[in-house]
Amino acid sequence: MSVATRASAAASAGAAPRRSALGQLARVELKLFLREKVGPVWGIGLPMLLLVIFGSIPAFKKELPGSGGLTTLDTYVPILILLSLGLLSLVAMPLTIVNYRERGVLRRLRTTPAGPVRVLAAQLIVYLGMAIVTVALIVAVGRLAYGVPLPRQFGAWLLSLVFAVAALLAMGLFVAAVGPNPRAAGAIGSLLFYPLMFFSGLWLPIPAMPAVLQHIAHATPLGAAWEGFQQAILGHWPPVLGLVAMAAWAVVFALAAARFFRWD
Amino acid sequence: MAEVIKVRNLHKEYGATVAVDDVSFSVQEGEIFGILGRNGAGKTTTVECVEGLRAADRGEISVLGLDPQRDRAELTQLLGVQLQDSQLPDKLTVAEALDLYSAFYRAPADWRALLELLGLAEKARTPFKKLSGGQKQRLSIALALVANPRVAVLDELTTGLDPQARRDTWELIEGIRDRGVTIVLVSHFMEEAERLCDRVALIDAGRVVAIDSPASLAEQAQAEQRIAFRPSAPFEDGLLTSLPSVHGLTRRGEVVTVTGGADALLEVITTLSRAQITPQRLRVDQGNLEDAFLELTGHHAVKEQVR
Repeated sequence: MSVATRASAAASAGAAPRRSALGQLARVELKLFLREKVGPVWGIGLPMLLLVIFGSIPAFKKELPGSGGLTTLDTYVPILILLSLGLLSLVAMPLTIVNYRERGVLRRLRTTPAGPVRVLAAQLIVYLGMAIVTVALIVAVGRLAYGVPLPRQFGAWLLSLVFAVAALLAMGLFVAAVGPNPRAAGAIGSLLFYPLMFFSGLWLPIPAMPAVLQHIAHATPLGAAWEGFQQAILGHWPPVLGLVAMAAWAVVFALAAARFFRWD
Repeated sequence: MAEVIKVRNLHKEYGATVAVDDVSFSVQEGEIFGILGRNGAGKTTTVECVEGLRAADRGEISVLGLDPQRDRAELTQLLGVQLQDSQLPDKLTVAEALDLYSAFYRAPADWRALLELLGLAEKARTPFKKLSGGQKQRLSIALALVANPRVAVLDELTTGLDPQARRDTWELIEGIRDRGVTIVLVSHFMEEAERLCDRVALIDAGRVVAIDSPASLAEQAQAEQRIAFRPSAPFEDGLLTSLPSVHGLTRRGEVVTVTGGADALLEVITTLSRAQITPQRLRVDQGNLEDAFLELTGHHAVKEQVR
């Protein structure tokens, strides 16, 4: 068969049903996320591993004085949730996007009707989906294996989760916007990730911090989120100021990301 | 024939650097049009303006009657693009990439047939990272064609390919033109343009220095023929230097090299045979596109030959 006749066969058989470009992109990005392993191992595996380790330490199951009947493990589960969300949105997602920019994937998409905005949207969909799966997994394993109580005020807990995810994804997009290459993006992401995790109480629980640090913690998105989770577990609504703080981080970083983002 | 692409007085600067300085050309429907020049001559910037990736500072561009900036959405449906140095995610397979890209277009080509056409059928399940340079290049051509485009812009198509893969790619491009796709080929590789292009624009330092078919450009450059041979018997220089079309004669060892105008070959051969001298190992160097480029710009097109 000549090249030309095969080519015309290729041209004439183009009557496939229209599929949504965004749907296809999200499907492909999900496959790539699972294949790349960075996201699943660090974003999902590490927090799960820590949950199992902390859950196996007897001292973590003793009631914390002045915590309203919670154990150390109970207060750590929200931190592990934030750890997972932080790794996914501040490290894994920006690395993917910056890598795409460096390799010309975004530039190439600009020459198609899909456009590069859709690939970013697909990224957000995938990471949002992964965040939901991970959070559900941590909460379920904590409850079933280690008796960590579910939040008494579920709506309040969900509210804090939504605000925290919004702030983190906005920061992740900001890192992707300003990181000139994957290495730099990794460094900028870590620069945000570690202080934020500190103020979530990963190394030192917020109530154990000096007063000054506690004030700062409440103004950071992960500290505010932890406080919101904690209140929800005890059956209370999160402090309004915490929600405002998270919303402010989300808006500022989203605007900065939009301002600085480059396609190539 | 209809003009598919029209570029008028295109001008583009990056800061103080003028990348494209008053470039004009037009591409006819169904032709392979080459944009040739050294690295950094402004070729890629020019086609990026045509593709709508960059906005021109001044000038007019029309592609299939569309403005690449204003009618971006419509143009992307009709224009197939292969970018220089554009890659795919490492773990995306060939079939996934084609399937994904075909979802972007209103009336995509059947990507399975494209796989066959480009000889990638056995590689359908291979991730991008594991493909050879030639296979990656063919995949990026396939992705440009999955749109079923009327015009395809291919930038540095065969850079980095081995000679066999390069020749295969050239054949492929001719096949694609035969199915009615107008092709704009960006290259710094003269042999490629000579082989493929109906017409070429030579670009140097952001300006068009010539637009013509490769053959007539080469002809214009062919001010001198070089005729080299080993004479079967000794002869005096004057035998040939007295001929009207011969401009010079040099000897190196046994080899005699004669330079001269268009009729020099005929005159040299007849004069030698009249003197009963056979020109052994006769070689005639014609002007080629490389010579044309050299003559028009004053320097060589290709600095490093890619092998």
